[in-house]
Amino acid sequence: MRYAETGFNLEIDLSRGNIERVETDPRLTELYLGGLGTNAKILWDRVPPEVEPFSPDNLLIFGTGLLCGTPATGANRTIVTTISPQTLLMAYSMMGGFWAPELKYAGYDKVIIRGKSPDLVYLWINNDKVEIRDAGHLQGKGAIETAELIQQELKEPKAQVAAIGLAGENRVYYASIEQGRSSASRGGIGAVMGDKGLKAIAVRGTKDINIAKPVEYLELCNEVLEYIKFRNENPIPGVMPILRGLGSPQEMAVNDEKWHTTNFMWGNSRTRRRDFWTEEVEKKWAESMENARTRLISCYNCPMKCGATISMPGIPTYMMKCFSKLTYTMAAYSDLDFGFRIAQRATEYGVDAYSTPQVMAFALELYENGILTDDDMPGMPSDNEERFYWLLDRIVRREGIGDVLANGTYWAAKEIGKGAEEYAHNTIKKHEQLPLKLGMLNPVYFLMYATGEKINITQIEGQFPQAPYLKREHREAFVKDWFQVPDEKFKQYFLDWEFRGEHSNPYYPTVEMSCDIVDWQERMHYIDDALGVCAGLSSFPLKPPYHMHNYPSFISSGAGIDIDEAGLTQAARRNRDLVRAVNIRRGMRRADEKPPEDHWKRRFPELEAKLLDEYYKFKGWNNQGIPTKESLHELGLDYVSEDFLQRGILTDDENTPSKEIPAEAEKR
Amino acid sequence: MGEKEKKIVKTIKVDVDKCNGCRACEVICSAFHAQPKYSSNNPARSRIRVIRDPLRDVYVPVYAGEYTPAECMGRDKYVIDGKEYDECAFCRASCPSRDLFKEPDSGLPLKCDMCEDDPPLEEPMCVQWCLNDALIYEEREEEVEEEEPREEMEIGLEALADKYGLEKIIETVARMSESKNG
Repeated sequence: MRYAETGFNLEIDLSRGNIERVETDPRLTELYLGGLGTNAKILWDRVPPEVEPFSPDNLLIFGTGLLCGTPATGANRTIVTTISPQTLLMAYSMMGGFWAPELKYAGYDKVIIRGKSPDLVYLWINNDKVEIRDAGHLQGKGAIETAELIQQELKEPKAQVAAIGLAGENRVYYASIEQGRSSASRGGIGAVMGDKGLKAIAVRGTKDINIAKPVEYLELCNEVLEYIKFRNENPIPGVMPILRGLGSPQEMAVNDEKWHTTNFMWGNSRTRRRDFWTEEVEKKWAESMENARTRLISCYNCPMKCGATISMPGIPTYMMKCFSKLTYTMAAYSDLDFGFRIAQRATEYGVDAYSTPQVMAFALELYENGILTDDDMPGMPSDNEERFYWLLDRIVRREGIGDVLANGTYWAAKEIGKGAEEYAHNTIKKHEQLPLKLGMLNPVYFLMYATGEKINITQIEGQFPQAPYLKREHREAFVKDWFQVPDEKFKQYFLDWEFRGEHSNPYYPTVEMSCDIVDWQERMHYIDDALGVCAGLSSFPLKPPYHMHNYPSFISSGAGIDIDEAGLTQAARRNRDLVRAVNIRRGMRRADEKPPEDHWKRRFPELEAKLLDEYYKFKGWNNQGIPTKESLHELGLDYVSEDFLQRGILTDDENTPSKEIPAEAEKR
Repeated sequence: MGEKEKKIVKTIKVDVDKCNGCRACEVICSAFHAQPKYSSNNPARSRIRVIRDPLRDVYVPVYAGEYTPAECMGRDKYVIDGKEYDECAFCRASCPSRDLFKEPDSGLPLKCDMCEDDPPLEEPMCVQWCLNDALIYEEREEEVEEEEPREEMEIGLEALADKYGLEKIIETVARMSESKNG
């Protein structure tokens, strides 16, 4: 019997209309755990680097984490993996909600989509019955609207639906996949779904998920719940309100937005408004929030309430979470009311709430500076907020200038030319980033921005405080019950970290310490992404209930796979290197690994080079960031080094590239 | 008339305003009632179900009550605070009119037993796992008429009898025991 997982994948070929239920190899679970790990393995095996994002040979994989559907709190992540049309690298955006557990109960660990359907279709998975159904009547419908219509026509309100909106259908490079209160937004995976002619996947399951050692597993689950209770009652002092507790940043619950609005950038990630947060604003915004929010809501099997139902007068109800609350507002220099209103339309269209507002602000900046003109924007309204709606409508339809902007700031700037590239200033690996511009280089964040392969800072940071504490006594208090550290040395790193002087950024944490800290933070994300546990209960917040010390027991007692901390660290490294290998094979090199030029005012080129040199070494990668033959061998990834050798990416004598591969694949 | 006796009335107070719709109650209920205990879980087997319709802000945790062989003559629909709830949303019965509170494989009725266990639990598991206090356990003492408790098998058999007829069951049991002995 298989434990925690079902042991079956669904293989769907949309070109031929073929559906297969395929048993998986349990040894792959032992090596790669599940979720992102096994997704990456499939992508490596079956999607060679020549395959373009919009090729029928590109795969779109909906993977559940190993622990999804078990009683482990917050194990509800769907990891969607494909090749991104925007970055041309591996995208592995994830979503919470209710979809992954439902798929497990239907009897599958993954849905693997290949080919392209000539007509728009949706997939209906009802336990053993799987159908490809016509979706012609859903063309152009909003993502949330689509989910409702499908539930109605199937007469199955309990079906969980992941759907794309107009943006996905029209292959907007930052289109999302929406699922009620959750979405998988980054990397343009919704565009690949649209390219495949797949409007939605509806799933309903009523089967059991088995646990290897039931009593032991339940004890672990109960401990996690107890610790969540403790952390809810004991917020962490000394950090901003949204980072004190567990879960995603509590954007839906917290009204105090001083930190975001005065520290993050407005417009096209340009202006810092240090004096923005006044009493008057606070009052008005609190009112907007209270009026809009009907209820705080959760994902499957999780007590945290990171999302909310938002009902604005005159527009349909939708659900929101996290920072999308502010991205539209701040891009447009507007207020919360506007943010809530436009986010409703954006959610139905199915677009990423990080990239989209930035692309629109970028377009308006180009217009203000004469690079885009009235000829490019015929009929654009004069009102600022109306312009954002106008641009959004055009982007998701790929109409006029919208067709150019639909590819994101990096590609749009190239196409527009006339110096537009200067304005596409906030991307990493061609993907728009959080609007954050700071003063002094932080060595830990430098490494995370540069090397994080999810290309999103929130998906690599966590665990270690973002900034030092002013007073030593507060630091001592902080480390006292910090049992989550994988090694005691992390406590000392934090204790000695100061705001000024010798032990401050950028030279402290030292290069060596920075490598350690980044490696720990990243490791936890890779484990979460394989197990399907929400980062908000593990890798993202300070002092989380899941950590390096209890995860091995969860895997052993839940899935019946014997594993200890060293083994789990090894598995996380294996997954991490495999994701890197996919991207290396697609041309990613050291030159691509850099934060936006203007991310910090004070940069230190020598230190930054040393940080990358040492981190690469620490990870067992060569000077180009390519995993070496030896380190791949250690991880049981010889098939990767063989491929690298064959392609000339590695050579036999030395582990340096013998063949130059253009770092920036400019294929369109 | 039977004897009067003291009885503990066990109540779960359901505060729908506090429900965050996470369905942890369904998860732990189905795990607790798995054989062996916690060896599997499956919300479709749960004896509590959250009737949810997020876009209409409907969240109603409902417990499985008695099995009933026939549906009601009419059905009810509630509108509270302008929110229209599903047909029979608040009803606890395992009934032919809907697929709620039935074992997904056999169709046999499910019923909340307040997590009867030996030694007894302090609170039913769903209450323990609801950190948002949408489910609160309360006990009180009442005097009631004595009544013979019916066994679980009898209730199950009755449901089968309603579905297939008593004759058929007797035949099946006879055949089963024959093939076992023979």
